[in-house]
Amino acid sequence: MSLHVPRAVRSSLIRLDRGMPRRVRATRERPMIDVKDLTIGWGDVVLQQHLTFSVARGEVFAILGGSGCGKSTLLRFLIGLEPPLAGSIDVAGLGLPTLDAGLPPFGVMFQAGALFGSLTVGENVSLPLEEWTDLPGDAIAAIARAKLKLVGLDGAADKFPAELSGGMKKRAAIARALALEPELVFLDEPSAGLDPVMASDLDELIVTLSKTLGLTVVIVTHELESIFRVADRVVMLDKETKTIIATGDPKALKTSEDPRVRSFFNRGKKES
Amino acid sequence: MSGLFEIAREGQTIKIAGDLRMHDATAIWRGVHGQTREASGAIVLDLSGVHAADGSVVALLVELRNELASRGIKAELVGANESVETTVKLYAGHDSVAKHKVRKPESTIAQIGRSAFEVKQEAKGILDFFGSMLLTAATLVRYPRAGHWKEIAPLCEKTGADAVPIVVLINFLVGSVMAFQSANQLKQFGANIYVADLVGISLTRELAPLMTAIIVCGRSGAAFAAEIGSMKVNEEIDALRTLGLTPFGWLVVPRVIALILVVPILTLLADFIGISGGLVVGISELDLTTQGYIIETLKAVHGWDVLTGLIKSVVFSVTIALIACQQGFAASGGAEGVGKRTTSTVVTSLFALVLLDAAFTAIFRAFGV
Repeated sequence: MSLHVPRAVRSSLIRLDRGMPRRVRATRERPMIDVKDLTIGWGDVVLQQHLTFSVARGEVFAILGGSGCGKSTLLRFLIGLEPPLAGSIDVAGLGLPTLDAGLPPFGVMFQAGALFGSLTVGENVSLPLEEWTDLPGDAIAAIARAKLKLVGLDGAADKFPAELSGGMKKRAAIARALALEPELVFLDEPSAGLDPVMASDLDELIVTLSKTLGLTVVIVTHELESIFRVADRVVMLDKETKTIIATGDPKALKTSEDPRVRSFFNRGKKES
Repeated sequence: MSGLFEIAREGQTIKIAGDLRMHDATAIWRGVHGQTREASGAIVLDLSGVHAADGSVVALLVELRNELASRGIKAELVGANESVETTVKLYAGHDSVAKHKVRKPESTIAQIGRSAFEVKQEAKGILDFFGSMLLTAATLVRYPRAGHWKEIAPLCEKTGADAVPIVVLINFLVGSVMAFQSANQLKQFGANIYVADLVGISLTRELAPLMTAIIVCGRSGAAFAAEIGSMKVNEEIDALRTLGLTPFGWLVVPRVIALILVVPILTLLADFIGISGGLVVGISELDLTTQGYIIETLKAVHGWDVLTGLIKSVVFSVTIALIACQQGFAASGGAEGVGKRTTSTVVTSLFALVLLDAAFTAIFRAFGV
């Protein structure tokens, strides 16, 4: 997989005179994401509580946990799609992300891709560029192609999302999330449904982007191999106790004293 | 008994032999049930003669064992060969004596109560929606770039141009049917020519705007709700928001504007076509001349009649677009949710249209216009 990142476009991207508030970047001193005593859920249903963790700049951070423990839901809270029931979230030094008020300081890949079905893959990737930059059309098309190539989707630009496989949709969605060169991306199960080669390529891409561009990546996943390959740090959510049961370096957690954590990290080892 | 299996009873032992296949499941189920009906004490189901068994048949045998156990009869599955034994273990996993919970049909009172709560929720949702809509409208005035203006032209084509054939057909028929029905009455008084007045006024003031709105509601309202609804359930709306684009500015505003632009034009077309329908019947059935009919129509129908129709059509179009979009955004839970919202879009809009039409008639009457 080619790792050409059109770095030159980064500085020229965001126009100031668009009328909408400009995105603000996190300062070096503050963590990219700071979550304190967060409770997530809806109404009377509490999914997870007392969540406290922070994500440093440039870190690849994974949110782990068994199926149905609220990993993806936590992600929805982190990106401001749901209001927290209690506690605080600070993303990129801007407080709780406010959507519908300008460009958020991050890109998001949703679990199923969430590509716009009425647009081609290329148009999906170009859309944020068209809306938020004053780049000419041919430059936008070139950037969109480059982004698609980055995720191994060269030649798929003219296809519609319905013509893509599940894994291709995810990769196209990653390309769209990266379109505006955000400093923070959220990826919801990026490698689920990909073949092993593709999954490992994607992991490599994530690591490279993080290392070369200082990209902060928050991944929701339960793919152990991927966790060990990419994650600097993880938090592990538990469905029963409804809170974080482990934080830290995934390799260190293999020998955790908590049997739940140990079994999670070692069951995968047997399989691999 | 046909099939590849045999069931025989020897005292407390029921011997099952042969191949237990899915397509014999009914016969096997009845067979073993028949054999165990009067059983008591302990029973042995001897599977030593079974060569192979399908999972479902094994599941039924396990179910039978549970059933017998609940009647106080101890039944054992014995003698199964290795593969059948494995299958038995596989299905015996959920061995808890299954007490089928029959879902009680909801009582009428409970249904009424639930609907009442739903109405409250729905009303809250609609108010929420209109509130956000107004806020977005204010934002759009300040930041016009947040609107998806490019989408308006294609939407006009889809909702307007593509609707022309059906609008023409329906309004032509409405005009001619009305002429036909009224002609029978008016003929008795020799007042044939007044068909033109009747058709002209009722079409321009009432029927053309209403029929057109009903068509637009069925075509475009349903389409809007389904489009936005499936975007909602595919998380596309969320994706839109994370790209810094507002769903209202991006999806709702272009749709409202497209309908405001298109529906009055369709209504004008409907006026014209409906009157033509009346004209055709007038000429062919009532011995009126083309010229006479047109002159009479022009005498009867004033600009104000057409204008009231157009005012109505603008209000109708806003109503349809907003209801459809609101319902689309309220969709949840996959394809079924989208279908439900699409249905409710059409029903709610039709109700709103007729209600508004009545209100307009009353208002125009009160002001004597």
